[in-house]
Amino acid sequence: MSRSGWEVVVGLETHTQLRTRSKVFSGASTAFGAAPNTQACAVDIALPGTLPVLNRAAVEHAIRFGLAVDAAINRRSVFARKNYFYPDLPKGYQISQYELPIVQGGELRIALEAGEKRVRLTRAHLEEDAGKSLHEDFHGMTGIDLNRAGTPLLEIVSEPDLRSAAEAVAYARALHALVVWIGICDGNMQEGSFRCDANVSVRRAGDARLGTRCEIKNLNSFRFLERAIEFEARRQIELLEEGGAVAQETRLYDPERDETRPMRTKEEAHDYRYFPDPDLMPLVVGEELIERLRADMPELPEARRKRFEREYALSQYESSLLTQSRAWADFFEALIKQLGGLQKLAASWMLGELSAALNRGGIDIEASPIDAERLAGLLKRVHDNTISGRAAKDVFEAMWNDRLEADAVIDARGLQQISDAGAIEKLVDEVLAANRRQVEDYRSGKERAFNALVGQVMKASRGKASPAQVNAVLRRRLARNE
Amino acid sequence: MSSLLNATLAELGAELAAKRVSSVELTRACLERIAALNAGLNAFITVDEARALADARRADERRGRGEAAALTGIPIAHKDIFCTRGMLTTCGSRMLANFVSPYDAHVIEQFDACGAVLLGKCNMDEFAMGSSSETSYYGPVRSPWDRGLVPGGSSGGSAVAVAGRMAPAATGTDTGGSIRQPAALTGVCGLKPTYGLVSRYGLVAFASSFDQAGPIAKSAADLAALMNVMAGFDARDSTSLERPKEDYARDLNPDLATLRIGLPKEYFGEGIEPGVRRAVEEAVRWFEAQGARAVPVELPNTELAVPVYYVLAPAEASSNLSRFDGVRYGHRAAQYADLADMYARTRAEGFGAEVKRRILVGTYVLSHGYYDAYYLQAQKLRRLVARDFAAAFERCDVIAGPTSPATAFAIGSKVDDPVQMYLNDIFTIPAPLAGLPALSIPCGFDGKGLPVGLQLTGPHFSEARLLGIAHRYQQASDWHLRVPSETPL
Repeated sequence: MSRSGWEVVVGLETHTQLRTRSKVFSGASTAFGAAPNTQACAVDIALPGTLPVLNRAAVEHAIRFGLAVDAAINRRSVFARKNYFYPDLPKGYQISQYELPIVQGGELRIALEAGEKRVRLTRAHLEEDAGKSLHEDFHGMTGIDLNRAGTPLLEIVSEPDLRSAAEAVAYARALHALVVWIGICDGNMQEGSFRCDANVSVRRAGDARLGTRCEIKNLNSFRFLERAIEFEARRQIELLEEGGAVAQETRLYDPERDETRPMRTKEEAHDYRYFPDPDLMPLVVGEELIERLRADMPELPEARRKRFEREYALSQYESSLLTQSRAWADFFEALIKQLGGLQKLAASWMLGELSAALNRGGIDIEASPIDAERLAGLLKRVHDNTISGRAAKDVFEAMWNDRLEADAVIDARGLQQISDAGAIEKLVDEVLAANRRQVEDYRSGKERAFNALVGQVMKASRGKASPAQVNAVLRRRLARNE
Repeated sequence: MSSLLNATLAELGAELAAKRVSSVELTRACLERIAALNAGLNAFITVDEARALADARRADERRGRGEAAALTGIPIAHKDIFCTRGMLTTCGSRMLANFVSPYDAHVIEQFDACGAVLLGKCNMDEFAMGSSSETSYYGPVRSPWDRGLVPGGSSGGSAVAVAGRMAPAATGTDTGGSIRQPAALTGVCGLKPTYGLVSRYGLVAFASSFDQAGPIAKSAADLAALMNVMAGFDARDSTSLERPKEDYARDLNPDLATLRIGLPKEYFGEGIEPGVRRAVEEAVRWFEAQGARAVPVELPNTELAVPVYYVLAPAEASSNLSRFDGVRYGHRAAQYADLADMYARTRAEGFGAEVKRRILVGTYVLSHGYYDAYYLQAQKLRRLVARDFAAAFERCDVIAGPTSPATAFAIGSKVDDPVQMYLNDIFTIPAPLAGLPALSIPCGFDGKGLPVGLQLTGPHFSEARLLGIAHRYQQASDWHLRVPSETPL
């Protein structure tokens, strides 16, 4: 994307909807999808005389995030009012944190093709979401739905450390995985639980100063994020190459036309008149709370991936896929616990059959019809050679479709491998007798003929013979008859 | 009935307990008095007789069951700033002239729970912004001492309801003096509690870090009884203080011999009317005669209090009043071209001049480039004012002075001179800047026969002490029992 001679500089502001039952300053439910204005209480619709009361669960989530990115947790932070008029902003101000956010600093490591990159975080602060303006549904009017008003958000601000749309997406994906991993966000991007504003500027390669930036608002998919940054960078580079100048402004990305369009210029920018909200005392966070949350923190994706590599001798590729989410990693560890090891076998089945089946069905691993215990039941039979790998795939399919146990499928279909040496030798002898031509070919050096003979034996066993055993017996017999 | 209307809450409580009078009879007497006087005084915006009488009947039944509490059956008038379910709650503004609240303020709930009767909703300066009760959309409140005069404000309707003997007691709110100054100007008692003692839940906000609800009544003992109902922790207000429940009437007869009364020289300087000075000094002399010691103290930042207040309170108000945008409730302009025009016309029509002035001032002092010079600077000075008090309370137990530098002034005489109007608050503004409790009780009359208020300010949580000191004074004086000349019983 980036043209030679230009560097793209991106910083992201990510609005992460915190997973709490009630809103950040009221007791109304945060559940998604209710009929308009049915989840807006007196506080949310800003009736005269109503007051905000801070939701402790939201504070704890913010602290969890701070701990996860190694940030400073400010022991005292302050809620401020951001004043502006808009119909879906009921109080005429948004309660946010301005000068003193709860989380300051920290970093997120992202994996890039070129290796790991550390993206510095500026801050993360608590704030409330606004409602929704519904412009389409009413002719000549605008509808207001305040169900979302007061939903807790953690706005996570990165430093301008990202150098391409691809890096921005890698950062956003890593951040998304992290907030879901630590349980503070449901990660549902369609429902708006994770949305990014991108600050984009360009500069000549080697220039130390940052160019004038534009902010692209409300990008709610990784694809839109990537496309918007790519478009915006190209637009700015073309503008500068033609001798123009970038105007600092807020822009909107239009996915239909794949372009960004100006929303408001710097001159039109609001003066938000921030000041400390006198309805809320400064937020004081005690050491005990931080320590309790620290003790309860799950092992983080990064650490778990590295441990998987180390402890289970997995490749970096395998371990990063197995730690794509906490549910995947938990599944894997539950599986190898059941198997008493066999991590390579477990990894290859999870990343092979299981992953493919989940993808086909569009199912999350949490909802997998085959859980770790039942998959272990199958893999035990693979490991002890009760069934062949080929048969195992059929058993998996039957388990998946009919929710059966592995042993039940194996018994019902009679899929146990023939491991009785005498029986296999008998089959081999019969096949050798019936296929003189292939035996000759093999002896004249055509290795392929051997495989055909194995296939014949397997066919004769109706798949129940162990291929390894058939191999060994065949080699022995062919050598002896020589 | 006339003696009932002039009775204190304790006396009314005794009458009700002895069943010599019912709450229905008492309520009816108040309603009749309101019907006779309100057209002239304009103290009430809403009086719902049916509701009041229903409350009274319920109170009588409750008493019949032997479940009466201290204020069961007592009619109370509420400032129209407290949200009242199913009732108009206007805040004295056209903006809320159609607003029927779907919920009760904490203060309303508290009175409801103890079985008090909701007599009506009192007129006030629009959104509590004013010192004369002239800025109401419903017209000015008039003084029962002289209908050409203001009753003070912003809780002028509540003060007049009590002074005119239309209600035995009332609630008000005090941001920069809105309980104490009208109490002083109408010859009744008013207490502004320590910030955080009374929940602000359901109190339509003017300046959140100052607003505090409090009682207005005929005597200090009555104020204590009302405080026992109003005060208490409420989780719905994050600035509500979590403290054990206290009895504000526990110390009504304190020993005055050990009392040190601080007299700030700044409260007795120039600009105080001679009649006011004389009455206040006489009251101080009475305390000295009881053995109290008058101690000169200094509150050097007193003159900064007014400018500091008139930066901070409008700043908060400009933001608090943003919710009145015509979108969800309240007034909305009938005609508008687009969204910006809807906002502009709605607010231009819905707010009066004083409210607009303060929104403009507040918006200005919070604006980019002015915030540091005005808002932040004022916050620093606010702390200095608080420090002055802390230093003074090292040397004295209470600070005494006039509540207002002057007695009531003529309606219309200061409306075009906001600075003169604001200076009226010079002695009432410092306490809320520091979050301190302060009360005003009548201490005499000036040469024109108008009531003068004595203000007592104490350290945080010293309400019971202040009320006790005031009660002792009222045991020896009858200023607080004088019925206004224009509204004889």
